[in-house]
Amino acid sequence: MTTDTQTPLLTPFLKRGDDGTPYLAASRCDACGEIFVGERQICAKCCARGQMKPVRLAETGKLYAYTLVHRSFPGVKTPFVDVVVDLDDGAHLKGTLTDIEPSLDALHFDMPVKIAYREVVPANAGGQAYLSYVFVPA
Amino acid sequence: MSDVYIVGVDMIKFGRFPDRTVPSLAAEAALMALDDAGLSIKDMQGLYCGNLGQASGMVGQRMLAEIGQTGIPVTNVANACATGATAFRDAWMSIKAGLHDLVLAVGVEQMGKGLLGGGGGVSTEGLIGSGTMPSMFAHIGNEHTRKYGTTFEQFAKVSVKNHHHSTMNPKSMYQMETPLEQVMQAEMISFPNTKLMCSVNVDGSAAAVLASEKTVKRLGLMDRAVRIRCSTMSSNPFEDRQMAMPDFSGATRLGARVAYEAAGVGPEDINLIELHDCFATAELVHYENLGICAPGEAGRLIDEGITALGGKVPVNVSGGLLSKGHPLGATGIANIYEVATHLRGTAGQRQVEGARLGLTHVVGGGPGMGTACAIHILEKA
Repeated sequence: MTTDTQTPLLTPFLKRGDDGTPYLAASRCDACGEIFVGERQICAKCCARGQMKPVRLAETGKLYAYTLVHRSFPGVKTPFVDVVVDLDDGAHLKGTLTDIEPSLDALHFDMPVKIAYREVVPANAGGQAYLSYVFVPA
Repeated sequence: MSDVYIVGVDMIKFGRFPDRTVPSLAAEAALMALDDAGLSIKDMQGLYCGNLGQASGMVGQRMLAEIGQTGIPVTNVANACATGATAFRDAWMSIKAGLHDLVLAVGVEQMGKGLLGGGGGVSTEGLIGSGTMPSMFAHIGNEHTRKYGTTFEQFAKVSVKNHHHSTMNPKSMYQMETPLEQVMQAEMISFPNTKLMCSVNVDGSAAAVLASEKTVKRLGLMDRAVRIRCSTMSSNPFEDRQMAMPDFSGATRLGARVAYEAAGVGPEDINLIELHDCFATAELVHYENLGICAPGEAGRLIDEGITALGGKVPVNVSGGLLSKGHPLGATGIANIYEVATHLRGTAGQRQVEGARLGLTHVVGGGPGMGTACAIHILEKA
């Protein structure tokens, strides 16, 4: 996907590659294999130092847990689907599942999902659009 | 090594006191606990004061300015929902270390209404999931459903039980029955947590006077003393899903294991429990984390009334955070007050008959923050 490269990024682990393609940055520990969302230097699991390698998160995975959010902070549109996804590379990521009916009937454990990149408008950003990631059914 | 005892403990009735100050709420509970012990602030050799909302505001010193500035060392403590229990544990440690013989621990909080959670900066709410506490604990309940088939109705029964318990507790924020249909049909906040399955944001304070064994004997207070069999804390050990789903279970399981070992008892020996029911979903998960049932059996426990007053292991007979209320910094000491009251046999209508051993549990934290868990096992002296 290509986006306006001027659009600010909503979260620090969302990056743009050299060609402007968005991706989610992660770190893999060479000592224990654990994958962490975002960039880091030391492994929180095995405490190894200097073993972290930058990687890109997998963009497909399965729904691990979900909730339907009906009440949120002022200005936030509800309902929306808040999910925890087990990515296919072994990482775990929280996000909003969109392009789906926000109802319990539409949600199933282990349903396949994938990451998409979308421009969104945060509730407290004065209308400024940001680039974010979302989950969509795969 | 000799034991440490509670010789005075009390809490104010939880409620909403927007016209009060945090130090004045703290002072009220402190004086009640001192009166309960028959002691004065002049007898105290140290103060540990837990508060979250004004963590940089020297609440302990400001409280002493209201009830007597004797120059004792004051430590102000903040540790999320474990704040009050952390202050209590620090007081316990200072006596255990032999530094002091009589120490005051206070927990206090003045809360706003509304949803807790979120952070500063540009909001990701609704865009990258939800940062609200009800959503976080919805995922924790949903994970239990995924693993064991736990139902919305079973989670809702926790709220029915704890609200029922609170009708017998005059210090609870609410004293009202909430039948199952009412709980399940209340406003849905974040499935499966309806509004009545979320803890109540209230103002409150609680305090305890702790004493060394030789001081309890010297003052002749053993008949009203409660022995602290163990005081343990844990933080969240690494868990695979922790960044996507804050983990409260790992810290609780670790804390419980250490606590039972330190006290030399097992979960089967415990007569009552005050645990951290910040949301109805949390209570069921903690039955298993605290070892009162095997993994997957929490739903059966609530169905069979085992954790209701009159059951084998009554849980949250105070009404819990769900109905008594959850003033963050005060909650940990309020739980200790509740268990101590039963061990003293003075809990009135809600008394757990013959209670000799009780456990208190609080666990706090948030997205990207990590977790603090404190567990105390108390015994009739």
